Amino acid sequence: MEFNQILQYTLSGLSTGAIYALIGIGFSIIYNATGIINFAQGEFVMLGGLLTLSSLQLLKLPLWAAIPVSVAISTVVGVIFERLAIRPLRQPTPINLVIITIGGSILIRGLAMLVWGKDTHAIPPFSGDTPIAIGGATILPQHLWILAITLVIIVFNKFYFYHTISGKAMRACAYNRRAAGLVGIDVKRMVLFSFIISAAMGAVAGIIVAPLTMTAYDVGVMLGLKGFCAAIIGGMSSGISTVIGGLLLGVLESLGAGLISSGYKDAISFIILLLILFIRPQGLFGKADSERV
Amino acid sequence: MKKDLLLFSAFALLVAAAPQLFKGGYLMNVLVFVGINTMLAVALNLLLGYAGQISLGHAGFFGLGAYLSGIMTTTYSIDPWLAMPIAAIVVGIIACLIGFPVLKLKGHYLAMATLGLGIIIFIVFNETVDLTGGPSGLSGIPNLKIAGVTFDSDVKNYYLIWFFTLAVMLFSLNLANSRVGRALRAVHDSEIAAQVLGVNARILKVQVFTLSAIISSIAGSLYAHTMTFISPASFGFNFSIELLTMVVIGGLGSIFGSFLGAALLTLLPEFLRAVNDYDIIIYGALLMVMVMFMPGGLVRGIPALYRKIFGQRKGTGNA
Repeated sequence: MEFNQILQYTLSGLSTGAIYALIGIGFSIIYNATGIINFAQGEFVMLGGLLTLSSLQLLKLPLWAAIPVSVAISTVVGVIFERLAIRPLRQPTPINLVIITIGGSILIRGLAMLVWGKDTHAIPPFSGDTPIAIGGATILPQHLWILAITLVIIVFNKFYFYHTISGKAMRACAYNRRAAGLVGIDVKRMVLFSFIISAAMGAVAGIIVAPLTMTAYDVGVMLGLKGFCAAIIGGMSSGISTVIGGLLLGVLESLGAGLISSGYKDAISFIILLLILFIRPQGLFGKADSERV
Repeated sequence: MKKDLLLFSAFALLVAAAPQLFKGGYLMNVLVFVGINTMLAVALNLLLGYAGQISLGHAGFFGLGAYLSGIMTTTYSIDPWLAMPIAAIVVGIIACLIGFPVLKLKGHYLAMATLGLGIIIFIVFNETVDLTGGPSGLSGIPNLKIAGVTFDSDVKNYYLIWFFTLAVMLFSLNLANSRVGRALRAVHDSEIAAQVLGVNARILKVQVFTLSAIISSIAGSLYAHTMTFISPASFGFNFSIELLTMVVIGGLGSIFGSFLGAALLTLLPEFLRAVNDYDIIIYGALLMVMVMFMPGGLVRGIPALYRKIFGQRKGTGNA
């Protein structure tokens, strides 16, 4: 096996991995604030991509304006979802929550199919598609965009959770919701915040990956599940371990697809997911009972 | 139990009389599917409704049954009646082996693990082209035969499928009312309390998971032999979700509820032909509305609604 080839797979794996990491952090943030695995997380990713498409083509917005507009609309969808489906739930047992978020994800996906149809759509890359050579391998400018934007979001996230009042309040909720309520934190508001942040991050992930992989009404399913794999590897942390989990998953998947068989690419992620759940359900880096924010 | 048996007898009579009432035709074909889906919904309900363990990968077991039967009878020319139990045993062994690690997980993690499992099985169906025919499917699967009668028409298939469906329903009703059924419900309410009372929750969960997979596999074999053609598309993630919807809509922990859910979700698309691809929106909305407003499903929700409307507020009305 040639070194160049492995380098090529690793580099492209890193950028898909960054996407998985962003989606995974979205999962973790909601999970830590509410104890819910939001099965509709992938749909925000899909909305981000498709809304950008519409902003560019129908509203004729430039890219720099289309991105915030679509992130904002996806976030509104996230808020509506939390308000209409999660908050009024009378018996919030895990099974009911799984079912209702699955229902929500099907509904959002179905509505997207109504609006955008079943075709696959392409979004132009952010800055051209002249490949850049790196030591025998080539990457596209979009790969760099993905890595850079992911990095910015992670730094921003860290700052929010450790240096702002509402970020600290969300961490308090993650430790113990009841205790957080007792010291005067509005837990319901924090739940809403967690949906806002997760929806926004999911939408960003969907936008930056769309120029590479194209987008369609049903891309959210697989991307969402892969993001969940990343979060599981990272032990449902919204910090660096989920990022490592995402990158690991992206690289393994890319190497597996390149060196073994591209048909089994998706199976690789799920086998990793099952192995982690069976052997180390607390995540690859977690202690049995670790801090999870 | 007596009430259940009475209800079951009435139901069985209705099922036997239905072909006379509807005089064959296209509806018979739909009712065959209602039968298969009822079997699957009952199987999932044993796991989800009684034992409280979710599975988002049951379409995988259904598919395994169908493909094992299909491959054995076409490629290896094994008799369908022999292939069906072999498939069921193989699927049972697989489910039992997977069950031990999978059922250690709870709630969301269990949902994700079973979902992953279902998707892996789906990918295998698509990729092992030499064996399964890949995405274009496997055709030429023989019909079942008994003493010279070939089950090749809708009416004959109707009786064949519903014979199995009624057997599965009767078996499940008995199971639910037995010591095992009570133990399952105890595990559902509190695993720790059940263990303290001497229920081996871990083994019990694996047993019911295996049983559920075996029933699904039999339904799969029957599906393969009545359709004579199978392709991976029938056994994907969406079908697992559809099964979940049937169980939730009908009512968790109710065998007749599973029939209601299966009948509704199988008949609904037939009446909604105009919206064909968009029926998925209706599933999503139905799932959400049911969990929010009728968490007990139709079997409990409708009587409660009736009491509410007609003012006899005697029941506890847990809907």
